[in-house]
Amino acid sequence: MAGQVFAYIVYKEGKADDTALELVKAAGKINPDASPTAIVTGSGSDLDAVCNEVTASYKEVWKFDNEALAYPNAEIIRQLLVKVLPADAVVLVAHDTFGMDLSPGLAIMLDSTFVPDVVDFEGLEGDTLKAVRQEFSGQVSTHVNCDLSNGAVINVRPGVFQADGAAGVGGQVIDKSSEIGELVLRRRYLETVEAEVGDVDITKEDVLVSVGRGIEDQDNIEIAEELAEAMGAVVSCSRPIVDAKWLEKSRQVGTSGQTVKPKVYMALGISGSFQHLGGLKGNPFIVAVNKNPKAPIFQVADVGIVEDLLEFAPVLTEKIAEGK
Amino acid sequence: MEILVCVKRVPDTAENEIEVAADGSDIERDDLVYSVNEWDNYAVEEAIQLVDKAGGSVTVVSVGDEEAEEVVRREMAMGANNGLLLSDDAFEGSDGKGTATILKAAVEKGNYDLILTGALADDGAGQVGGMLAAMLDLPFASVVNRIEVMDDKKLKIGREIEGGNQEMHEIDLPCVLSIQTGINEPRYVGIRGIRKVASVEIPVWGTSELGVAADSVGAAAARVKRLDYFVPDLGEGAEILEGSLEEVADKLIEMLKAKGGIK
Ligand SMILES: Cc1cc2nc3c(=O)[nH]c(=O)nc-3n(C[C@H](O)[C@H](O)[C@H](O)COP(=O)(O)OP(=O)(O)OC[C@H]3O[C@@H](n4cnc5c(N)ncnc54)[C@H](O)[C@@H]3O)c2cc1C
Ligand SMILES: Nc1ncnc2c1ncn2[C@@H]1O[C@H](COP(=O)(O)O)[C@@H](O)[C@H]1O
Repeated sequence: MAGQVFAYIVYKEGKADDTALELVKAAGKINPDASPTAIVTGSGSDLDAVCNEVTASYKEVWKFDNEALAYPNAEIIRQLLVKVLPADAVVLVAHDTFGMDLSPGLAIMLDSTFVPDVVDFEGLEGDTLKAVRQEFSGQVSTHVNCDLSNGAVINVRPGVFQADGAAGVGGQVIDKSSEIGELVLRRRYLETVEAEVGDVDITKEDVLVSVGRGIEDQDNIEIAEELAEAMGAVVSCSRPIVDAKWLEKSRQVGTSGQTVKPKVYMALGISGSFQHLGGLKGNPFIVAVNKNPKAPIFQVADVGIVEDLLEFAPVLTEKIAEGK
Repeated sequence: MEILVCVKRVPDTAENEIEVAADGSDIERDDLVYSVNEWDNYAVEEAIQLVDKAGGSVTVVSVGDEEAEEVVRREMAMGANNGLLLSDDAFEGSDGKGTATILKAAVEKGNYDLILTGALADDGAGQVGGMLAAMLDLPFASVVNRIEVMDDKKLKIGREIEGGNQEMHEIDLPCVLSIQTGINEPRYVGIRGIRKVASVEIPVWGTSELGVAADSVGAAAARVKRLDYFVPDLGEGAEILEGSLEEVADKLIEMLKAKGGIK
């Protein structure tokens, strides 16, 4: 049987991230009898607040308090975890930019198995865990067998294990700070530079016409702008459009861009990667225009149009204009 | 500065629809167009720009079959000075750890100040860079979108975190960084560039050249094993509108009006 299950808790300003509860749910899906232990690192009052908060959903909360941990620097936290975790630990971490930083190396240092970006678990048999992953930005899924005999570090995709809320388990905080020992600082955190504010604030818009790589060329951005104008909407986009410098960063929807809450979201030539959809909240009415009928966006959209957007969007623009 | 960049040959999702083969054992590979992994192209561009400023050389390395040579050559056409192909039947079926084990052996045969990978490849894992750093006992940073050389002992780097915010760090050299897209604008590679490197010899190293034990890599050593490919059935999905472009547009306009999508 696999070892003790742990969950690394991510938090901000003294408040645990949604993933703190999602990891409890994920642990339950691996093994219904597992009672995961929360690991919370940091320093001072924010740390204490989070430890107390998560006792509502974790029976045991390990607290590590140290000045060097004040900012969550994965390079330091990894060293700490290697010292304090049992050899066969199964460690759950949210698959965000912190988890991407921490986990692959952690698994190597623990000599355990790393399983990246899991979207579901389908049972544990002996030491073999069957998990579901996605490849090609969600175009296909795979089942993988993971060997947990030496423990594992498992990155769980945020948002897929919907939590029902804190369970009121009344757990206890165990202060493990004395076990921290010496930490080597080969990567030193300096500061966080906030993303630039642009000319429009897409987070406040009700209707967004969003373009992805399917727009194919910078000159075609106009097609989306004309449609947006006819609809009384604003243009947003996926990441490749910003990488290509066709639109400003402030127009990017997604985990590394803006979180938007429109009423209507029109996705033109966007495949529907989880990093993009991660920025779409509030259950909008989603219209997807994509020439690939198997694009993952059609699984989350309300209405789908399987067409070349370069042909369809101008027709739609014209028809809207006619009706006005 | 001596820089090694790890590049992977992957099916180009901008050019292909990825489909599951009938028996679910693989994706349909017959008509796939392959190219260099998007993220790796940014990593190579960054390496070239760093060397342009600070001197040194760029080596690109790929683990794969003989066809992976084409991506190594392409990145050399971009301006990388050296290429390396790590290829052996024993490497087939490696998981992320296996790939990192092979790359580690190649790193140890050179003398690199900086090792770059992409943040993510086609398998959506984002694991090889972090694993390689841990195996080499070097500091690591993921999703890097800015690199500034401070002196020959350290870099100042930015990590692009949630919300597009940038986390700045100072990191000791040598180190491993995984590169995020958007860090630069990768240069265009024309026919001329490709021709220039068409006949360059690219060394191929296998288990014996690398001194890698065959049983530490490949399918047998993998602790994460892919069982199948499938397309999940996620409930109803979208209502697909059918008809001519005009008919579809009319239907959609009615729906948009009802939802407040047309002001
Ligand atoms: C740490 C990290 C953070 C990230 N953050 C974000 C983020 O915040 N936001 C974001 O968007 N991405 C983000 N990404 C990138 C993400 O993984 C995807 O690469 C990206 O979302 C893909 O964008 P896309 O859908 O526009 O392009 P693609 O995935 O290339 O999809 C293009 C789509 O257009 C369709 N198409 C092509 N031509 C046409 C046509 N003529 N007409 C109609 N359809 C057409 C294709 O069928 C395809 O489905 C992040 C990645 C990482 C690793
Ligand atoms: N077969 C490979 N050969 C060379 N580099 C690789 C290979 N697989 C992965 N990488 C590197 O690791 C990065 C992340 O890939 P992955 O961990 O598979 O998501 C890629 O962008 C490459 O830089």
